[in-house]
Amino acid sequence: MSVSRPAIFVRDMKKVFRTRAGFMRSHVTEEWALKGVSFEVGEGETYGMLGPNGSGKSTLVRVLSTLLIPDAGETQIFGYKLPGEERKIRQVIGRVSVDAAFYKKLSPRENLLYAAQLYGISRSDAEPRALDILERLEIEKRRFNDSLEEMSRGMQQKIAIARAILINPPLLLLDEPTTGLDPKSRRDVQSFIEDVRRERGTTILLTTHDMAEAERLCERIGFLARGRLVVEGTAADLKNGYDNLEEAFIKITGEKFHDNEADEDG
Amino acid sequence: MDRLVLRQAWAFVFREWHLTRRYFSWVVVFMFYSLVSSATVALIGVAAQDFRLTLNLVLGVLLWSFLSCMFSDIANSISYERWEGTLEYTFMAPVSRLVHLFGISLYAIFYAAILGIVIVFGLTLFMPLSFAGANLPGLLLVLVVGSMAFAGLGLMAAILPVMSPEHGAQATNIFQGVLLLISGVYYPVKVLPHWLQPFSTFSPATYALSASRKLIGVDNPLSTPTKLVSSPIREAIPELLILMVMGLVLIPLGLWVFNQAETWAKRTGKLKRTG
Ligand SMILES: Nc1ncnc2c1ncn2[C@@H]1O[C@H](COP(=O)(O)OP(=O)(O)O)[C@@H](O)[C@H]1O
Ligand SMILES: [Mg+2]
Repeated sequence: MSVSRPAIFVRDMKKVFRTRAGFMRSHVTEEWALKGVSFEVGEGETYGMLGPNGSGKSTLVRVLSTLLIPDAGETQIFGYKLPGEERKIRQVIGRVSVDAAFYKKLSPRENLLYAAQLYGISRSDAEPRALDILERLEIEKRRFNDSLEEMSRGMQQKIAIARAILINPPLLLLDEPTTGLDPKSRRDVQSFIEDVRRERGTTILLTTHDMAEAERLCERIGFLARGRLVVEGTAADLKNGYDNLEEAFIKITGEKFHDNEADEDG
Repeated sequence: MDRLVLRQAWAFVFREWHLTRRYFSWVVVFMFYSLVSSATVALIGVAAQDFRLTLNLVLGVLLWSFLSCMFSDIANSISYERWEGTLEYTFMAPVSRLVHLFGISLYAIFYAAILGIVIVFGLTLFMPLSFAGANLPGLLLVLVVGSMAFAGLGLMAAILPVMSPEHGAQATNIFQGVLLLISGVYYPVKVLPHWLQPFSTFSPATYALSASRKLIGVDNPLSTPTKLVSSPIREAIPELLILMVMGLVLIPLGLWVFNQAETWAKRTGKLKRTG
């Protein structure tokens, strides 16, 4: 019998990006996006990764999504190793990124059914599920067949969430799911995330630079700054001795924090 | 193949079909353009009042339209996803690359076949065309076997835009142009400069054309404009075998190259739309 294994296990994860420039591309600059990050997320837990732009949040999520190969460290998802067991890991994760990555000429229905089939779910099973999810996210049924390019950012993001939930993944990776949304959509998305966690016991890793969101949704929060996980704990632990979470972040990490700023990439 | 694999492959067909539907006016434009350029080439034969030349040109136009359409659909599939921003989502789905590319190729063949049919029927508006006596089932077999080799080439070309967003698509077009030049699509390979001729042996299109010419009987002295005398399939076996071997080599090789490039892209962070 093994002790309860964490949903996410990350030990000393490092990722460097090299860019070449200059004569014969001989000048190489190294950018360490992750400088040895370690943390664990328990099954059913919601963990918030808080950090300003460029702190490495998306890089971390991409490594966990098998889209980037880390340069060092040990990573396991539900006990599956990375690198090595990508195929197994892909079956258990759903991801939402800050940019709505869709076929913009296609409708929500077509986009969602395509995604479902990639995961081996039949169209007849996926369609009612998708409709149900979209309804709960307050998208009207009649918009199901409009093309995505006609939809607002908020609506597109809700459909991105529906795509991730549709496959009913035990682990959800939400990379700034509410950045750039209008207040109403933001609230809809947040309460939907709460519902999902409650009803399905889904493990969630959420990155954000919205302090209130992290406090509302996450059981534990980590402060990520310049590729390092500086501290982690419950919101109450972190705020202890400071006025609020933002002040705690600034004082603890020594970093400035620009809230409400749209990320320029995923 | 099990259900899961079929469903996953079908996902790509489903997606491509709906994209075709949504871009239908472009499909019409593309087909119109292909038909008209095919007709202008074939009419050269009509002007020369030479039914063999006409048939050779029609054959070249058809085969090349089919194979190049298929090749470029496969080759552009990845850059298209990169441009839309969906590539990361496709790559993080639990789909093997073989199934992914099988699904893409399936639709590419279907689409190219529709294009071929449009061109055949369209051409009859411009000139009297008769295939009476041609070995049509044999011709179909050549297309099927030839498309495997072209799918393999498409796979290798598909990864180029991931490795170099700026120059990948350019390389694909150059490659396609070179194939057109060396394969003797509208003329015998013999008319090419000597130094260029050996390269034609590397192009699957060379063998697909040579086999098709036999199976249509266009170069048979006994053929007349109304009645072609075609060869039986066994005379095209050498070409078919070469095509088959090319497919059997190029598809695994294409997948291998693709996997190498995918791993490289995941190491260096090149899957993202920007940067
Ligand atoms: N694919 C990439 N290629 C090169 N540099 C990258 C890539 N992805 C991220 N970076 C760099 O790594 C650092 C961390 O970026 P990112 O993980 O996107 O941060 P965040 O999501 O917290 O804003 C940034 O300096 C960014 O420029
Ligand atoms: Mg980010």
